[in-house]
Amino acid sequence: MDFCHTRAMDTTEKLPPFSGHGLGCIRGGRVVFAGLDFAVAPGEALVLLGPNGSGKSSLLRVMAGLLKPAAGKLAWGEVATGADPELHAARTHYVGHHDAVKPVLSVAENIRFWARLHQPDAGLAQGAVETALTRFGLAHLRDIPGKLLSAGQKRRTNLARLLAAPSPLWLLDEPTTALDRHNIKVLETVFAQHRAAGGMVVLSTHQDVDLPGARTLHLDDFALETEDGQP
Amino acid sequence: MIRFWEVVRRDLRLALRQGSDSLMVVTFFVLTVVLFPFGIGPEAGILERVAAGVLWVTALLASMLSLDRLFQTDYEDGSLELLVLTPTSLMVVVLAKVLAHWLTTGLPLLAAAPILAVLLHMNADGFAILLLTMLIGTPVLSLIGAIGAALVLGARRGGVLVSLLILPLYVPVLIFGVGAIDAAVQGRSAEPHLLILGALLAACLPLAPWATAAALRQALE
Repeated sequence: MDFCHTRAMDTTEKLPPFSGHGLGCIRGGRVVFAGLDFAVAPGEALVLLGPNGSGKSSLLRVMAGLLKPAAGKLAWGEVATGADPELHAARTHYVGHHDAVKPVLSVAENIRFWARLHQPDAGLAQGAVETALTRFGLAHLRDIPGKLLSAGQKRRTNLARLLAAPSPLWLLDEPTTALDRHNIKVLETVFAQHRAAGGMVVLSTHQDVDLPGARTLHLDDFALETEDGQP
Repeated sequence: MIRFWEVVRRDLRLALRQGSDSLMVVTFFVLTVVLFPFGIGPEAGILERVAAGVLWVTALLASMLSLDRLFQTDYEDGSLELLVLTPTSLMVVVLAKVLAHWLTTGLPLLAAAPILAVLLHMNADGFAILLLTMLIGTPVLSLIGAIGAALVLGARRGGVLVSLLILPLYVPVLIFGVGAIDAAVQGRSAEPHLLILGALLAACLPLAPWATAAALRQALE
């Protein structure tokens, strides 16, 4: 089950599109969005837009499988992702609000742990961890414990997971938080290379992230109207 | 399987570097047991009579001390979301975390128990059975404890709540743990008690991770 996505990433074999149909989400008794459709094809990027509380994070959590949608279904090609959650987890990287960096583990240990959970082959994982450290400018911090990192460095340690184990589908919840201008540029290049290799990127952001040809999804369009007619 | 050992290794490493947890549990165990001779007097006969019960009750309370750490830190720093999204069954991850928890809290209790048994004038016939009951019983405590720890995630004052949830479930382990030692000391066979303890472990091994995994998913929704 782990091999299908790595094989697909290594060759240019065509991945099926990732799509959602008629998705609805209810949080704390309030309908956050309803009747939402989206589709991401290999090589594409989808940017989620909307004000605070419009459901960007919820939608990403639904896509990742952390949250069950109240209505609708998610599909990978023709197959519902709920049919095999482990397979869906294997082809997905989710970057949430928290950085999941352990204060007593070093940067390299933090990244290596997540990489090996995703890619149990030790040799492959080790090489990829080195690449990830270098790409995100963390090589000189590799032995520094997580508690000494700045917010931006923690975020980069978290983002390094993306490269430390290959997965075609990246779901990112405001990935540029705490990043400086230079590192946003680095992230943009990483996205571009991932898409060129046939990967998919879905992200929510309040800042400008340069994603050429990315599609946008306005969460506001799927909010139910309230009683006073305001969206 | 590789993923299982990766999680065990990581949790052991975290426990060893933070250090205080195992030490706190054992210190609590020793200090509480030492209080009993002060409380009920140093008379060997009385101490001998209550030794098994005192050891098991304090071991039970000690093992509960570290439960809120089992998932709480992972929950707060976002690691739990990623662990849930690991491409393997969540039960495997839970079982790995419980094993690491037992190795860092259950095993030290096991090591301290015989020394404290001497202090309480426990009959020498009971020593082997004491170790055996703790060897079978403490993993059950960790397994059941994990359910409670997962259920109270996100609740305020989770530590108190987890005690209320878990203590009643610990009672069978206590009854048969103490029963086995008493039987051995009085020259009867401890086997029936040990078999029931074994059955508890056999039942908890698949059921507790399953319930814990469900509680964790609920906590993240």
